[in-house]
Amino acid sequence: MNNATQLLRFITAGSVDDGKSTLIGRLLHDSKSIFEDQLSAISKTSEKRGMAAVDLSLLTDGLQAEREQGITIDVAYRYFATPKRKFIIGDTPGHEQYTRNMVTAASTANLVVILVDARKGVLVQTRRHTYLASLVGIPHIVLAVNKMDMVDYSEARFNEICTEYLAFAAQLGLQNITCVPLSALIGDMLVDRGTNLDWYQGTTLMELLENVEIDNDLNTTDFRFPVQWVCRPQTEEFHDFRGFMGRIESGEIAVGEEITVLPGGRTTRIKEIVTYDGNLQRAYAPQSVALTLEDEIDISRGDMFVKSSSNPPGVAKEFEAMLCWLSETPLDKNRKYFVKHTTRTAKCLFSRIDYRVDVNTLEQHPVSVLNMNDIARVALKVQQPLVIDHYLIDHGTGSFIVIDEATNNTVAAGMIV
Amino acid sequence: MTAHIFTHLDALESESIHIMREVAAECKNPALLFSGGKDSIVMLRLAEKAFRPAKFPFPLVHIDTEHNFPEVIATRDKLAADLGERLIVRSLEDSIKKGTVVLKSDTQSRNVFQSVTLLETITEFGFDACMGGARRDEEKARAKERIFSFRDEFGQWDPKNQRPELWDIYNTRVHPGENIRVFPISNWTEMDIWQYIEREKLEIPDIYYAHEREVIRRNGQLAPVSHLVQPQPGEKVERVTVRFRTVGDITCTCPVESDAKNAHEIIAETATTRITERGATRMDDQTSDASMELRKKEGYF
Repeated sequence: MNNATQLLRFITAGSVDDGKSTLIGRLLHDSKSIFEDQLSAISKTSEKRGMAAVDLSLLTDGLQAEREQGITIDVAYRYFATPKRKFIIGDTPGHEQYTRNMVTAASTANLVVILVDARKGVLVQTRRHTYLASLVGIPHIVLAVNKMDMVDYSEARFNEICTEYLAFAAQLGLQNITCVPLSALIGDMLVDRGTNLDWYQGTTLMELLENVEIDNDLNTTDFRFPVQWVCRPQTEEFHDFRGFMGRIESGEIAVGEEITVLPGGRTTRIKEIVTYDGNLQRAYAPQSVALTLEDEIDISRGDMFVKSSSNPPGVAKEFEAMLCWLSETPLDKNRKYFVKHTTRTAKCLFSRIDYRVDVNTLEQHPVSVLNMNDIARVALKVQQPLVIDHYLIDHGTGSFIVIDEATNNTVAAGMIV
Repeated sequence: MTAHIFTHLDALESESIHIMREVAAECKNPALLFSGGKDSIVMLRLAEKAFRPAKFPFPLVHIDTEHNFPEVIATRDKLAADLGERLIVRSLEDSIKKGTVVLKSDTQSRNVFQSVTLLETITEFGFDACMGGARRDEEKARAKERIFSFRDEFGQWDPKNQRPELWDIYNTRVHPGENIRVFPISNWTEMDIWQYIEREKLEIPDIYYAHEREVIRRNGQLAPVSHLVQPQPGEKVERVTVRFRTVGDITCTCPVESDAKNAHEIIAETATTRITERGATRMDDQTSDASMELRKKEGYF
């Protein structure tokens, strides 16, 4: 492994019996990412539970309560690497808190592997997972048709499932979908091609994970730079230094280019792009940098730099969003909450709940209250203006979280529409 | 960056810098836990990248078990002095004198008691956020912990009641008396740490590299001989060429046999090793499948 590998974050979505944990276990095992002491620990547990073979799904059970109850509670992160890429898997359980957990894990993913059982084909939950993937805007979708060994490795069955799935995905406007037939249990088409699926000409799942093009997953055209921290060393050497520190959420910036500071609206030019490793002429998302400016403007955390020439974002105190409610305490329209959006936190009120989406049928229902795992379209009013983009155009400036003022808990995730 | 290539190390580094700046901006009185070990040395470089040319907007804090490897303490003091940053050291001995830590013996591992002194230090200085160099790949319980991990007024972690963490928008709000632990290098693996040490040419304690040391073979591990670890009847002391993969309490941290003399050779070795970092080196994590989880619930990192 060398230093020039890329990072890919992905999640797997499937119901309890689709073989999700076996698939993850197989990827880790066949890419030699499982250590001997881990393997020996789960072998002992498998034996204790009276299982004939090592249960690879035990690798992803982290907490004592889960091991006792044989369930997975929360989102866990797994790491493995091949010579081409380093991978982070967001592993989510398949039971009742599913929507909340999948949305959480999906929010940082480049890719989702949606698992179906070749015997059962496209089910209600397959549609649910696909809808959630489209809602959170995961750039790449892989339909993994698992348990091909149970349908005699039938090409016709695989094609039938793919056709049905692609028709459904097209209704959601989804592109970038790849279908792979595989058997997580036997190992065919995961890391190795195996010998049972010779009719399949496409790539293995691992080849796909290693090669899928992710350079354009971030918005590369619209420069957005939320000011995170103002650096004023006030030392003799850096007496007048005022560096605006933050991470470029999207687009790129070069020395000399004109920027607008929002929501104020003043314009100036970039004087320097400062990093610990030396000044740069040009910087790109998602680099963390410090910018100095030609003019002295009153700027603080929460302001956003945008390039004057690019598509302007909205500056709004009222906007609409798709909301995923994450808390056991329902949304109360009479209460105030906080919205944290990029580096700005503002008080907010929910002025309207337009409808709730049934994630199984995609039907819209009018509701007056939101419960945990509900997805809804809502309208918000915030106390200070936010600099926003449509979520599907820019994840960084189109996403926010909602915080309960009384408990400080994170109660919802929002995507601006 | 001449060509526009963004490697996994660049991605991890930028994420960690972003996290540290969020802590500085949103927490009233943060601290960075710094032990002189390799992960916390990586944290120090990330803090330099996040805040230079200014000073760090937080002090460095070390909870000293006084069961340390002297090389590590020397590196701790040298790095803090070289950087010109404030280092606060609080010792487990203080808690022992106060009676809040009661040991069964002098040679017992002190890792578990670090939580007590840490919580006392948090109270003494009123820290509302402590950044630490823990990684999710270290241990199963850590794999489920958030980057911003909320602790109640007893400093305890409730794994079933964690705040959901979406995108890179971190909820830093706490009530008075509560605090958060922040793990900016959550997504780094042992391999990433070594690649970063090599790339950044970081100075780390010599004991991470191959050296000859007196050890005793115990339960498949190599216990390093020290004033606290002496051979039992029937045990033999051997001189072996070893390096440490982790450093912690001297009574329970074991080295591995290795000839790797620099970061480059360690990277090659890490790529082929078949044992986890803690599995090879920590006696205290082997007492049960859930030892780390139990310690974390008590306020440990």
